[in-house]
Amino acid sequence: MATQLPVIDYEKIKKVHDAPLEEFYTSGHRTCQGCESAMVMRDFAKAAGPRTVVTGATGCMYVANTSYLTTPWIVPWMHTQLGAGGSSAVGMAAGLRALMRKGRIPKEKINVINFSGDLGAGDMGIGGISGALQTDYDLLVIMYDNESAANTDIQATGSTTYGAQTTFTPPGSKHRIMQRRWKKNVAAMLAVGHPTCRYVATASATFPALDFMNKTRKALSIGGPTFIHTFDPCPKGWDFHPRYAHELGELGVKSGIFPLYEIIDGQVVYTYDARQKGRIPVREYLEKQGRFAHLIDEDVDYIQSMVDTMWNEWDIPGVAPFKAGLSVAG
Amino acid sequence: MATVAETTNVWANELLLNGCQAVAQGVKLANVDVIAAYPIRPYTEVMDQLSKLIADGEFDSEYIVADSEHSQFEIVKHASSVGARAFGGSSGTGWMYGFEALVVAATDRLPPLFVVGNRALDDPGAFGVEHNDALALRDMGWLLCWASTAQEALEHVLIGYRIAEDNRVLMPMALAMDGAFLTHSQHMIKVPTQEAVNTFLPPFNLGKRVLHPDNPVSIAPQVNEDWVMELRRQNWEAARRARTVIPEVYKSFNDLFGPRYANPFFDEFMCEDAEVVLVGLGAVAMPARTAVRRLREQGKKAGYVNLRWFRPFPTEQLRATLGRMKGVGIIDRNFAMGSPDNGGIVVQDIRSCLYPLTKRPVVTDFIGGLGGRDMSIADCVRMFEITFDAAAGQQRDELVTWIGLRE
Ligand SMILES: Cc1ncc(C[n+]2csc(CCOP(=O)(O)OP(=O)(O)O)c2C)c(N)n1
Ligand code: SF4
Ligand SMILES: [Mg+2]
Repeated sequence: MATQLPVIDYEKIKKVHDAPLEEFYTSGHRTCQGCESAMVMRDFAKAAGPRTVVTGATGCMYVANTSYLTTPWIVPWMHTQLGAGGSSAVGMAAGLRALMRKGRIPKEKINVINFSGDLGAGDMGIGGISGALQTDYDLLVIMYDNESAANTDIQATGSTTYGAQTTFTPPGSKHRIMQRRWKKNVAAMLAVGHPTCRYVATASATFPALDFMNKTRKALSIGGPTFIHTFDPCPKGWDFHPRYAHELGELGVKSGIFPLYEIIDGQVVYTYDARQKGRIPVREYLEKQGRFAHLIDEDVDYIQSMVDTMWNEWDIPGVAPFKAGLSVAG
Repeated sequence: MATVAETTNVWANELLLNGCQAVAQGVKLANVDVIAAYPIRPYTEVMDQLSKLIADGEFDSEYIVADSEHSQFEIVKHASSVGARAFGGSSGTGWMYGFEALVVAATDRLPPLFVVGNRALDDPGAFGVEHNDALALRDMGWLLCWASTAQEALEHVLIGYRIAEDNRVLMPMALAMDGAFLTHSQHMIKVPTQEAVNTFLPPFNLGKRVLHPDNPVSIAPQVNEDWVMELRRQNWEAARRARTVIPEVYKSFNDLFGPRYANPFFDEFMCEDAEVVLVGLGAVAMPARTAVRRLREQGKKAGYVNLRWFRPFPTEQLRATLGRMKGVGIIDRNFAMGSPDNGGIVVQDIRSCLYPLTKRPVVTDFIGGLGGRDMSIADCVRMFEITFDAAAGQQRDELVTWIGLRE
């Protein structure tokens, strides 16, 4: 019998027309055309609504978004340091809780949200986010993953896809592949390591439609510290025409290279179950991006085999790279 | 006219406390809203004490065990940004680990208070006092002062928040105290009543810059070459205004608690008719004052300046006091390798502060007490003798003298 999932009391957006018209991240930013990370900003702000405070870590979503005197943020927003995403959220949540308890501001639910990039959240700030996920504060950390340090001109991070060209991992005449690290599994790592954290999810801003907004609402409703990892095609860093940004997100999910799931009270729920729906070849995703133009068949086969292993051999397919059942010899 | 202290009871009781415990009492009395803790000797006991006070229900505050000093300081900074009175602290290498967060707390113009239990920087490991940790803040837009007794440490938590949170200032505040000599030596401490503290220290109000849904501001956006100059200038103006606010705050402290601080920026011990003074920060004040008495017994006009405020630097006040002297000896419990004459940090500021005077005292510099090495009365007497000789025109090979060095 399937485990019963807890009921999360949140207002689900069922149809696009049901999504609020009001924007809380509007004009004023200067992100690239086709920037999916900007979609993540718009959608989480829309889903969270006006009773929200936000910090944004250094990165594209700071520098390209928030030029002085032209802020796109309608909700209160503050910059935080590159590795301070988790701790900035803890600080705000703790401050608000104390002020409400001591009667200095009215008691109400205020959403506390931080967004940080893949370098900020997944590498530098992972300790701070871990610390945040151990607290009992209501907060949400969104790691928007454009698979590079985009703001500093596209350097490899721990979340960059194997083989990708970045300014730190350029293909050369001696080494075709400089990016030899497999992408870090941030969401699952955080879920595994923080058993009292009730909600961890991965998402794409645009596929399936409305999914990310609903996940944001779930995260904010379930209580305690929560984490969402979004998968954000970046035309500049991934080298593709901005027109295809949504499509690339979809291909990433359908090829299984970026699994979409929620972990609610320890229970894995696939948003897009690549085992049932079938996976398209990873090649269809890779070949549309200039950052993989130098790969040869052998490289593509390797990436495909890693993705196959993720889905076929892991005990929790696409989520956690464990294989249970071996007993220790002797 | 009688002060409030004489007419009403502003002191609740007298307790045997060390410096860390005294600071914890101050934090409790300041009704701090958010505390973030991370262990490093010698400041840690402040946090131990606070967690126990909270556990026992004597005090209500959020208390977060952080995963690093960087997180600790960021938690404190962001708690301050939503309008909470926030407290942090550290020592030595921990202070340096979180330094990025310290810098932005100042450029964000937030007024949390941090205690620094001064400790030598690694490597090699040493628990003892050295002032380089706190002094690293000197150019960062912080308020920075040293307590020289545990009583002062308690009082400067209250004085510190009051100055930092003044809307003419809004700068973070670092209260430094010497590791071991202050953090862990016990004294009888007078603890003020909560009522008196409430009178002295109003609740924190961040005003128009508070991060709250009712006040949808964007804080610290990217400015580049367009605005950095103007924003730095605002920080600068705040530091300048702090020079006016500080005396006001001490006056109201004195009015309430009795005339405890004659000069807010530094204590002058037998300086009125002195010809030669030593200038130091922190707990060295005690042996230095005894040395002054001994020299006075020999008829030498010695005095001691216990420099409390290092940022803002009390330029005018020091010019007035030190400008009267024939000789000034600086006790640098820190190092500034490769600096002018290879001296310490404090001497650089004092020399440049005195330079515009037409009649300048001879300034000598001493490096001593590093890593917690004791600075004895004899050491202080020796520093006085060297400074008297220098004032009398005696030339020395080295402009900087290391005191207490094994050679
Ligand atoms: C402590 C620190 N180190 C380095 C930088 C320089 N820096 C600014 S943005 C950035 C890249 C951040 O990458 P990511 O978090 O992935 O965000 P993205 O730019 O991709 O949106 C770096 C390295 C910094 N701001 N702070
Ligand atoms: S470089 Fe990438 S992440 Fe940055 S604004 Fe452009 S598309 Fe967005
Ligand atoms: Mg990135």
